Amino acid sequence: MGQKTYQAGVKDYAKTYWTPDYIPLDSDLLAVFKVVPQEGVPREEAAAAVAAESSTGTWTTVWTDLLTDLEYYKGRAYRIESVPGDPTAFYTFIAYPIDLFEEGSVVNVLTSLVGNVFGFKAVRSLRLEDIRFPMAYVKTCGGPPNGIQVERDRLNKYGRALLGCTIKPKLGLSAKNYGRAVYECLRGGLDFTKDDENINSQPFMRWQHRFEFVMEAVQKAEAETGERKGHYLNVTAATPEEMYKRAEFAKELGAPIIMHDFFTAGFTANTGLANWCRENGILLHIHRAMHAVVDRNPMHGIHFRVLTKCLRLSGGDHLHSGTVVGKLEGDREATLGWVDLMREPFIPENRTRGLFFDQDWGAMPGVMPVASGGIHVWHMPALVQIFGDDACLQFGGGTLGHPWGNAAGAHANRVALEACTEARNQGRQVEREGRDILTEAAKSSPELAIAMETWKEIKFDFDTVDKLDVQ
Amino acid sequence: MADASAYPATPLRNETFSYLPAMTPERIAQQIAYCISRGWNPAVEYTEPEKSFSNFWYLWKLPLFGTQSVEHVLAELEACHRANPGMHVRLIAYDNYAQSQGMAFVVYRA
Repeated sequence: MGQKTYQAGVKDYAKTYWTPDYIPLDSDLLAVFKVVPQEGVPREEAAAAVAAESSTGTWTTVWTDLLTDLEYYKGRAYRIESVPGDPTAFYTFIAYPIDLFEEGSVVNVLTSLVGNVFGFKAVRSLRLEDIRFPMAYVKTCGGPPNGIQVERDRLNKYGRALLGCTIKPKLGLSAKNYGRAVYECLRGGLDFTKDDENINSQPFMRWQHRFEFVMEAVQKAEAETGERKGHYLNVTAATPEEMYKRAEFAKELGAPIIMHDFFTAGFTANTGLANWCRENGILLHIHRAMHAVVDRNPMHGIHFRVLTKCLRLSGGDHLHSGTVVGKLEGDREATLGWVDLMREPFIPENRTRGLFFDQDWGAMPGVMPVASGGIHVWHMPALVQIFGDDACLQFGGGTLGHPWGNAAGAHANRVALEACTEARNQGRQVEREGRDILTEAAKSSPELAIAMETWKEIKFDFDTVDKLDVQ
Repeated sequence: MADASAYPATPLRNETFSYLPAMTPERIAQQIAYCISRGWNPAVEYTEPEKSFSNFWYLWKLPLFGTQSVEHVLAELEACHRANPGMHVRLIAYDNYAQSQGMAFVVYRA
């Protein structure tokens, strides 16, 4: 079809990439960016520039453009919206044809969408707020190796949230002392303990020694309690080869779950490990170190809900979500948004939770959100109310800081969880009646009573938790 | 600070609700009512304590598909218990949407 002629030079992006009449296809990958353009650059031109630079465009016309059908392959900016309360910024919605991306590769998607375009001079700042992955693309990704339903069946945990604890101090313990801390937590009533993300294989505790002592602790606690237990053995390593070596050893020892830091290790490593976990029947706990570097700035970077979606596609059975209570309270709605993205099969557009698109995961398994950091027994009522059963609640200091030790701390948390769960099922307003529910439960549990006494000083948190109910 | 209390030799537990005081009939009934209100199908399972770590306990009759009666479920739990003294008896609730169990707890501890 030799209808186009080649004209060298630079032309406005908007002429090619701003297509307000375009109706996105079901198979298109959709993205929304928050854009602050350079002064004097019209919104349509900035939006089109983002679409171009994240798809087929470059700064000048090239003759080889005419050797393909760019109309088919180009990204299209199809909508612009103002950002409430910020006249300097706007949202641009961009549709990308699915054939721009390699199947099953969130690596490839991110390389395009958040590649060169983020350093592009025509925009002052840029933030990827959300992506709608089309079902046709979702179906090419492996997703969580096991999912929530399989995890519950393997671990025999039904009708309640799971309980965990990160072992502290995070650095410096010997393997045997570390295993001791694990054993005490698990025999006291926790389902899981967790390697701190900083723990890989340092001189003070090499990974083989940790794995061996920890698995003895897990298996002894299982035999004594009659309940199933696990410890997230962190297999994050400097190279994929080393990572797989550690994963294989964990499997050899009978570990039900291993752990990976998906963002520092990268999506290639993570997707490979998720595939390995699927083939070997091992659960995969995902930590998110480094996420705040890219998702915390509201004007530039990638929103956590996008990282959440990418992780669900890449694969993981647990993902840290934030706790909502305490310091993250202001983000309650946003957190609920990405918690839904982790574990629900279909999540409708909901701007009050920051969800710009419907997202359909089809039959892809769900990821269990992990609420961890600065929580203790007084937060339990709010956590049960907010997260429901399909979550892992992790009390680090809230277990290890118990005046009678880890086992008593674990026991206190387990009693609190079960009391709140029972009360919720009875139809009680768990957040509002939290104090009564815990006080009642503490009558038959001195471990809980002393935990409540120990952390009662942290009134601020509890009062704040109460307020959440009327927000 | 008061002296630390010693945590006892690890007692055997039975997963959900086994850290709470033994269930009274009223509390059991409330949990059954919750399962029914969620649209789940109650069922009764039992086993010898030494086999309780297995995924598969003996199924008592068939799951009580579609029952809306708390009394019906309580009666089956009790009948199972009487026929199998010395065994654990647990209530489970099949959630056929999640293809999982929405609830499971031991009602009669051996």
